[in-house]
Amino acid sequence: MTGADPRKQEPTLAVEGLKTHFFTKAGVVKAVDGVSLHVNPGEILGLVGESGSGKSITGFSILGLIDAPGRIVEGSIRYKGRELTTASDEELRKLRGDRIAMIFQDPMMTLNPVLRIDTQMIETVRVHHRVSKSEALERSRAALAEVGIPSPESRLKNYPHELSGGMRQRVAIAIAFINKPDLIIADEPTTALDVTIQAQILAEAQALCARTGTAMIWITHDLAVVSSLADRIAVMYAGRVVETGRTSEVVSAPRHPYTRGLINSVPSHNARGSRLAQIPGMTPSLMNLPKGCAFRTRCPQAIDVCLETPPIREIAPGREIRCFNPVGAAQPAAAEVAP
Amino acid sequence: MSVTDVGTVPTPAARPAAQTPFQRFVADFTESRLATIAFILLIVTMVLALIAPWIVPQNPYDLAQVDIMDSRLKPGTPAASGKYTHWLGTDGAGRDLVSAMLYGLRISLAVGVMSGVIAMALGAAIGLIAAYAGGRTESIIMRIVDLQLSFPAILVALMLIAILGKGVDKIIIALVTVQWAYYARTVRGSALVESRKEYVEAARCLGLSNARILFRHILPNCLPPLIVVVTVQTAHAISLEATLSFLGVGLPQTEPSLGLLISNGFQYMLSGEYWISFFPGLVLLMTIVVINLVGDQLRDVLNPRLSK
Amino acid sequence: MHSEPRLTAYIIRRLMQSAAVVLAMSVIVFLGLNVIGDPVYLLIDPQADQAEIERTIRRLGLDQPIYIQYFNFITNALTGNLGTSFVHGTSALKLIVDRMPATLEIAIAATLMSIVFGIPLGLYAGLKPDNFFSKSIMATSILGFSLPTFWVGIMMIMVFAVMLGWLPSTGRGPTATFLGITSSLFTIDGLRHIAMPALNLALLKISLVIRLTRAGTREAIHQDYIKFARAKGISSSRIVGVHLLKNIMIPVVTVLGLEFGNLVAFSVVTETIFAWPGMGKLLIDSIQSLDRPVIVAYLIIIVLLFVIINLVVDILYSVLDPRVRIGEKSA
Repeated sequence: MTGADPRKQEPTLAVEGLKTHFFTKAGVVKAVDGVSLHVNPGEILGLVGESGSGKSITGFSILGLIDAPGRIVEGSIRYKGRELTTASDEELRKLRGDRIAMIFQDPMMTLNPVLRIDTQMIETVRVHHRVSKSEALERSRAALAEVGIPSPESRLKNYPHELSGGMRQRVAIAIAFINKPDLIIADEPTTALDVTIQAQILAEAQALCARTGTAMIWITHDLAVVSSLADRIAVMYAGRVVETGRTSEVVSAPRHPYTRGLINSVPSHNARGSRLAQIPGMTPSLMNLPKGCAFRTRCPQAIDVCLETPPIREIAPGREIRCFNPVGAAQPAAAEVAP
Repeated sequence: MSVTDVGTVPTPAARPAAQTPFQRFVADFTESRLATIAFILLIVTMVLALIAPWIVPQNPYDLAQVDIMDSRLKPGTPAASGKYTHWLGTDGAGRDLVSAMLYGLRISLAVGVMSGVIAMALGAAIGLIAAYAGGRTESIIMRIVDLQLSFPAILVALMLIAILGKGVDKIIIALVTVQWAYYARTVRGSALVESRKEYVEAARCLGLSNARILFRHILPNCLPPLIVVVTVQTAHAISLEATLSFLGVGLPQTEPSLGLLISNGFQYMLSGEYWISFFPGLVLLMTIVVINLVGDQLRDVLNPRLSK
Repeated sequence: MHSEPRLTAYIIRRLMQSAAVVLAMSVIVFLGLNVIGDPVYLLIDPQADQAEIERTIRRLGLDQPIYIQYFNFITNALTGNLGTSFVHGTSALKLIVDRMPATLEIAIAATLMSIVFGIPLGLYAGLKPDNFFSKSIMATSILGFSLPTFWVGIMMIMVFAVMLGWLPSTGRGPTATFLGITSSLFTIDGLRHIAMPALNLALLKISLVIRLTRAGTREAIHQDYIKFARAKGISSSRIVGVHLLKNIMIPVVTVLGLEFGNLVAFSVVTETIFAWPGMGKLLIDSIQSLDRPVIVAYLIIIVLLFVIINLVVDILYSVLDPRVRIGEKSA
């Protein structure tokens, strides 16, 4: 795929040091705390992490959909070189759904229950493009056909509750693709679906991206899902990206202890009958993160220097980790070695 | 998935332990300053109504004490006898408004509370029976409750008065008829929940009588929602009685409640003598608002679903 | 759509239920008149002499067994014969029906007011819940629930009619006919007359609509479909005006529909304060002058009105909400 091309090119989206914090009564929740990532044209980036790791908030931050008490406090989000953190609400609104679209997790909740499918599709076209109603309707019909919905003509006249969950997610995907965006942010779009339908949707999304050249950020907690889909992977933990790289490299040779923990806890990697590996401890509260590396308290390889915040560093071309003592390193990055 | 749903929010510091339930109730209730003030005002109102005959300057219904020459005096005018000042003026019959209002408050509260208590006893009993009997009895009772509640209270009351005629007893009958269904529905609802709990099963296994299980075991556990309904319904009853009296189909002229005082003053309103209606209305309003505020806070404190 | 036959079946079933309610109410009314009250006292002019009473008892069939009397009562009611007013000397039913437009007019005006004031205020309070103005709206709406209608009416007269002299305090203004409907809403003076009574009647409903709209808004704005609409780049005015409002309107319209009967009943109070010549004022006058045939006629008309309102609202609800229209949840 073209997206994996290592040559220098302008990425569709480049996020640098993004911090999105929520100022609640109980304290400041650092949901996203220094995320950097980029997506190239036509590329699929898998954004992996446990729930509460800040991956969804990262997605919403890119679209400018963070509501009070949340706020982007630092960092930059550049879409094709254009800074979005300083863009006006109106500029962001014009980008949303047209150049950058989003697919949500639960198809049962994303479509407005009291509006017909055609209404919800046509408005998406007409809010961004000056086309006639019939033209918008025709585009909607084509978009539904594109995502493999049988007899789109009659589906257009339906209300959401008249469609199955899988159908509704296809409609949501069709809405995301309808204006041929440059980037789609998909927030766990298959989690709520049956496994068989999950596979179909994955295949369709992948094919659509390839066909249209749309870049995609696929947010998920399921490493197995992205490993078959994404060109590159970014692993998030406690509001930060801890490891990025090409999917095959990250999955076959994880360097961050957390990534290794994630991969080991996927059942297929374990011999039958043996105990499933799991990461000890619990995800820390985002309001009260451990000092230094947030994974330190659960990390089997933690050393003294981990009390400092590890910087992100490039260990190979296109391969970055945020760790002082990565997996498989002959020697820790820092001078002091724990005994 | 909501964006604000991030991380775990630590629970607020636990309450200091070693409190009796009553102390905890008082602490929860006084958390709202408004409700506390309302509660104090309610107590003051009730005490004033109770001791009215001993604190007011004149007995407004003793014709010997009322001078018709004093009628419609402005607030602050001294009485013709010179013994006291009509701080809030006088009404059309020359009665001191402060005195008339406190007497009216007495009647309003008495009618409201009395009808509330009777309706509660009746409604709670019917609701308990419905919940306990189940089957046909329950569905018939609940159908009647639903039917009654689908008609506005004022309409039902007006109809009863049209059939029964005027008088304090008739008004109380009308108010009870209007209210019992709310109590029946509330008690039946919580009794159904309670009767499925294990302690009722345990009481049955001990061989206790139905009546004992109903009144000693289930009813006490239905009390919290019942208390809330009592406060709200009493406020409703007072308001409804005032409305009926204002319409001239409520209490007789010999026993004027606040509503009747307002009604009597209404005819002078257009000539600018506002106080005859205004002050009794203010007292009525304050009484109702205060009861509602207390009821609201009781609902928040007693509702286990809302307690954090 | 394929739901049409189901809708028809539903309407037929509801019609039968309504007929059952009317029948049940007629039994209750009849028993109320004949068992709790004395029908002779209720239906015969108190000024009549003994001979006339005897004659009337025989003419009205009050010497017959009770089930025959009930049958006669129903037959008379079905043919529109609900007795003659003692005071006015004309058909009780006709008196009520003549007064009905004035009452419906004020109830409709109040319903419109509760929509026009209630929905925008509720939306605002729901969209900006922490704002000072929103908190004032909610505090006022609590007051709106506590204030006795008649007291507010009196205060309105005191302020707007007596002190400021802006609006007339009593009566209905001149009427005009527009599109075949005769109403005082179509003349300026008519509007001046109806403003205060309608607002008085509407206050409780405005509070209700504010609370419903606010609660609905608070709930809806956290729903994914609103967030998805924002992610589609839909303008906030369309999100509020279409996506949000259409979801909120369903409960609001349903409740307002059900409350319409309540408005008609409560217009008894408002009509008395503002001397509005509707059927509520007629009822109070009739209760005071013991004009019993009119009271009975009012009761029967109001029961019918309630049953019709409930029926219409149920059908309206199933038409408004696409999820209900189908009946059961589909695949």
